[in-house]
Amino acid sequence: MPSTLTEIILEKRLGRPPERGEIAIVEVDHVYLHDGTLPLALRVLEEAGIPSRPRDPDRVTVFIDHAAPAPSLAAARVHKRMREWSRMNEVRLYDAGYGISHQVMVEEAIARPGMIIVGADSHTVTLGAIGALATGVGSTDAALAMVTGKTWLRVPEVLGVRLEGGLPRGVTGKDLALHLAGLIGRDGAIYMSMEFTGPGLASLGIDDRMTVSNMSVEMGAKAAIFPSDKVTRTYYSVLGVDVEELAPQAGAEYDDELSIGLDRLEPMVSEPPEPSRARPARELEGVEVDQVFLGSCTNGRASDYRIAARILKGRRVKARCIAVPASRRVYNLLLKEGVIQALSEAGCTIAHGTCGPCIGAHLGLLADGEVAVSTSNRNFPGRMGSPTARIYLASPYTAAAAAATGRITDPRDLM
Amino acid sequence: MSMVLEGRAWRLGNGITTDHIISGKYKYARMGRLEEMLPYLLEEVIPGFHRMAREGDVIVAGSGFGYGSSREHAARLLRMAGVRVVVAESIHRIFYRNAVNNGILPIISKAIPAATKTGDRIRVDASRGLIVNLDTGARDRFSPPPGLLMEVIEAGGMVEYIRRRGLPW
Repeated sequence: MPSTLTEIILEKRLGRPPERGEIAIVEVDHVYLHDGTLPLALRVLEEAGIPSRPRDPDRVTVFIDHAAPAPSLAAARVHKRMREWSRMNEVRLYDAGYGISHQVMVEEAIARPGMIIVGADSHTVTLGAIGALATGVGSTDAALAMVTGKTWLRVPEVLGVRLEGGLPRGVTGKDLALHLAGLIGRDGAIYMSMEFTGPGLASLGIDDRMTVSNMSVEMGAKAAIFPSDKVTRTYYSVLGVDVEELAPQAGAEYDDELSIGLDRLEPMVSEPPEPSRARPARELEGVEVDQVFLGSCTNGRASDYRIAARILKGRRVKARCIAVPASRRVYNLLLKEGVIQALSEAGCTIAHGTCGPCIGAHLGLLADGEVAVSTSNRNFPGRMGSPTARIYLASPYTAAAAAATGRITDPRDLM
Repeated sequence: MSMVLEGRAWRLGNGITTDHIISGKYKYARMGRLEEMLPYLLEEVIPGFHRMAREGDVIVAGSGFGYGSSREHAARLLRMAGVRVVVAESIHRIFYRNAVNNGILPIISKAIPAATKTGDRIRVDASRGLIVNLDTGARDRFSPPPGLLMEVIEAGGMVEYIRRRGLPW
C-alpha cells in the first residue's frame, strides 16, 4: 500500500511498516527543552535516581526563551542552573536573546527533513514545516528521550489536507491556519498526523508552512508534516545545507481528507476564548484594540515583519504595538532591511526574541478588560495577563492594520 | 492488573486547557517551584480546589481536556492535589502522556461526563475497562492505556516505575 509521509518516516526508523494505533518505541534524532520545561525534567530524573547526562549530548539542545532575559529572580536562578547543567553535560544551549526554540531549530538547520524530533513544548509541531515528524511532549518524556535516546509514540491516523490554488493578496499562512482551526475545531485532528499536499504548496514558503504546522496543535494534531520539496531545499541551501526530498507515495491513503481552495481564503480573526472561533476579519471590524503583539513562534519571522512594515510604514500606531522577532537572526536581517526602523518610526516597541508576551510571562501583560490583537497561537482567558482581557488572533497584515487604526480592520483596506 | 479506583467527581466543562489548570503567569513567576504553584491550581475554574480536593478524586470533564501547553506541571499539580483519574469526552495528547507519567489514569468516555455532577462517586475497574457512576448508575466501557502505559500508572507514575523497575526501555 502506498505510504504517507508519516509512515515513510516511521518505517525507516522501525525497519518495518508501522501499524496504525500501535505503541512503538522509536529512536529520536533530537530532543529539546526550554526554561519552562527543563527544570521539571531534571527534577524528575533526580527523583528517579537517574543521572541527567544525555545518552548523546549532540542530540539534545536547550533554550532560554520563555522568560528571557530573566524578568524575575526566580527565572534568573533557573537560567543559571540551566547554564551550569549544559556546560557540565556538554549540551548546546541557546541563551536569552538568541531566539525562540522552534525558530532556532530550523534556522540553525538542527531540524531536517525526515527526522523524528521531540520537544518539551506543545509547538514542537512547527518543525513539520520542513518535513520532520516533530511532536510536543512533557518534561518526563523529554527527560527519558534525553537519557535513553528513545520515546514511545502511538502510530497516528493521517489527515490529508489538499491545498488548491494560491494565497490571494493580503492573505497568509496564518489565515489558512485559523481557517483550518475554525473548520475542524479544537479536537478535529486529535491524535492524528496532518499532511499537506496539492498544487497549493507552491505558494507557501517555509515561513507560512511553519505558521500552519505551528497551529496544528490547536486542532489536537500530533504532527503536521509538509513534504520536503523545492521550497524546502532552497531554504536549506541558503543555510549551506543539502537536504533530502521527501514526498508521500502516489496514491497514499489518508484516514481522512479535506481540500482547501487557497484562492477563496480571506483575512481571518479568531475570537476568544479559542483559536477555533475563527471568523473573517470583515465581520469583526470596529472592535477597539488596546495592544497589538507581532511575534511568537507562530508569526515572528522576517516575512511577518515585512508584511507589518508594508502596512505601518508612514503611519502612526493608534494601539500600543509590541514587535518581538523570533530570533536574533531575524532581528538582524530586519535591521539591515530597514524594517525595524520602519516599525519603530511607526511607534512600535521592539524587543529581542522571547516567548514573553504570548504566555503572559513578561513584556506587555494585559490589564483587566483590555483587548489585544496578537499574531500568536492561543487566545485563552488569562493567557497574556488578566483573565478578563480579550485576545484576538490574526495574521501580521491584520494585526498591523489593527495597530494602524486602533480597531480590528480588514487589512486589504489599507493596502 | 487489578486496579480498582473509587473517588469523588469534580465536574468540569469543555475546553479546560493547561492554562486553566495552571496559568502561565504563575508558572513563570514561580519557575520550577511546584509547591508554590499549588494554590493557583484550577483557580479560575474551581476557586480553592487545592484545599477541597482529596486523595483519589476524579476529574470529569467535557471535550478537549488538557488542551494547550505541554506544561507537565498541570498533571503533576493535579496528582499532588489528590486527583487519580481524569475522565473526559476527549483528552489532548500531551496531557494524556503527562497524566500517565504522573500516575493519573486517563479515560475517554462520553456517557460518564453526560451523567455526572460534582460530588458523585465514581468507580473505575481499570483491568475490565469499566467505569460506573455509583450515584446515578451510569456506566461505560473504555480502553485502558495499553501495556507499559498502564504499568506506569499502576506504579504511581514514571518516577516510581523507574525506582522499582529501572528505565522502561
